Amino acid sequence: MAELLRIEGLDVRYGRTRALQGISLRVERGEAVGLIGPNGAGKTTTLKTIAGVLRPTAGTVTLDGRPIAGDGPERLVRRGLSLVPEGRQIFTTLTVAENLRLPTYCGRSKDPDADVERELERFPVLRRYFDQPAGGLSGGEQQMLAISRALLCRPELLLLDEPSLGLAPKVVDAVFDALTQLRSEGVTVLLVEQSAARTIEFADRTYVLSGGCVELEGTRDELLGDDRIERAYFGAGAVGA
Amino acid sequence: MTTFLQHCIDAISLGSLYALLALGIALIFGIMRLLNFAHGELITIGGYSLWLFRDLPALLQIAAAVAVVVIAALIIERIAFRPLRGADGAVLLVSSFAVSFLLQSLAIVVFGSRAKGVALPDWLSSNVNVGSLRIPVISIVTVASAAVLLSALGYFFNRTPMGVQMRAAAENFGTARLVGVRADSVITTAFAISALLAGIAGFLLVAQGGTVTANMGTAPVLIAFVATIIGGLGSLTGAVYGGYFLGVVTVVLQVALPLSLRPYRDAFVYLAVIFVLLLRPQGIIVLRTSLLRA
Repeated sequence: MAELLRIEGLDVRYGRTRALQGISLRVERGEAVGLIGPNGAGKTTTLKTIAGVLRPTAGTVTLDGRPIAGDGPERLVRRGLSLVPEGRQIFTTLTVAENLRLPTYCGRSKDPDADVERELERFPVLRRYFDQPAGGLSGGEQQMLAISRALLCRPELLLLDEPSLGLAPKVVDAVFDALTQLRSEGVTVLLVEQSAARTIEFADRTYVLSGGCVELEGTRDELLGDDRIERAYFGAGAVGA
Repeated sequence: MTTFLQHCIDAISLGSLYALLALGIALIFGIMRLLNFAHGELITIGGYSLWLFRDLPALLQIAAAVAVVVIAALIIERIAFRPLRGADGAVLLVSSFAVSFLLQSLAIVVFGSRAKGVALPDWLSSNVNVGSLRIPVISIVTVASAAVLLSALGYFFNRTPMGVQMRAAAENFGTARLVGVRADSVITTAFAISALLAGIAGFLLVAQGGTVTANMGTAPVLIAFVATIIGGLGSLTGAVYGGYFLGVVTVVLQVALPLSLRPYRDAFVYLAVIFVLLLRPQGIIVLRTSLLRA
């Protein structure tokens, strides 16, 4: 498989706090990669830095062999990176239709109407509220809209930040079904999630972050049942106690 | 009845002016989180441009003045606001104060502190008689300009890719960039539209008053700020309604206040606004969908 994304020695600071301390990871084309870890481990920071929202203080990010660090998000979208942000962040005052057409304006979609139609087939509920303000959608529906919106940027790499956050278990199932569907379509995915077991199960490979460092990396089979994951979440002391 | 209609015309005319200014302010605030105190100086630039171009035919004179205002706004954005992008709202606010003071002082240095008379065509200051009703032509022009501009912008914001991108950026600038909305083009367009509205408002103010002074933009823009706040800061539709609301309040006070208190009319307008905000701190108008749907 060809390497799509490569991160090396990534350092990100918020003021004096080092949020990421030299993270390295890679994503192959067509692969689904998970990123898990406790709160404050740096998962969201990693995604935001890849998407160009945050600037690294050190390290490199390369997409398809070319460096991208320093470019703003609107340029990175045009190079094939698309982020489904934490908390969905759909445009509530815009209609569902406008939310979906917005990403097609950046020019990666060759046939916007057909692409929007495909998303409406993926999530039929969006068709029902097509001309309504998106603020009226439920949390799960908003998440679906956020995923469709990101896909309509026609990304090479889809970044997802906690798509199951705040959703009812049944809705979480629906979201993961949609993600599994995406994988079978060949979309490359980097998924950040709270739920460790579910992510490991879903992804080809998963990185475990802790305290701004990569603690552990492995395939589904390597990580399932690995007690080092628990240690990453609760700290070495918790295991000893 | 005639007097009542007369007052209605005054209210709609004044409201139209405030609405144009409030929309321009709300647009910049929505997208940049900048309360642009230099908005009034755009009006002033328009006024002095009308004076400078006084030898041109009226329509050309107005078009040239509006063009100067738009160019000035784009230069101001480049110099005073673009380098500060991403900075705290307070920093941008202070920068807009600096621009405002600088331009006012510059106007006094260049044009002097005395008002300049601007001769506009006579028909602008004439009246149209409809039955017993005397309608000032400038009121008709004001209301018509606002109607044309607001409907054109309503179309732009709802039906064009750039317009939809601007509404998205006004709601959530960071996320808009994530779906490919270019920060620079959205902000540049916002300043151009905001300046277009200020330029036209400047012309309408000059046509009403006949003169230009260095601080002519300050008072109307202050009221327009209040209109945007009443309309729920950042909401474009709200700003328009806020403008018309203040137009009505002002005319009602103008009529209802005893003669001795009339010079203090605007103070009473602000008093009314304080009461409104005490009761509804989020603004009177919280809208989901309508004209501008934002």
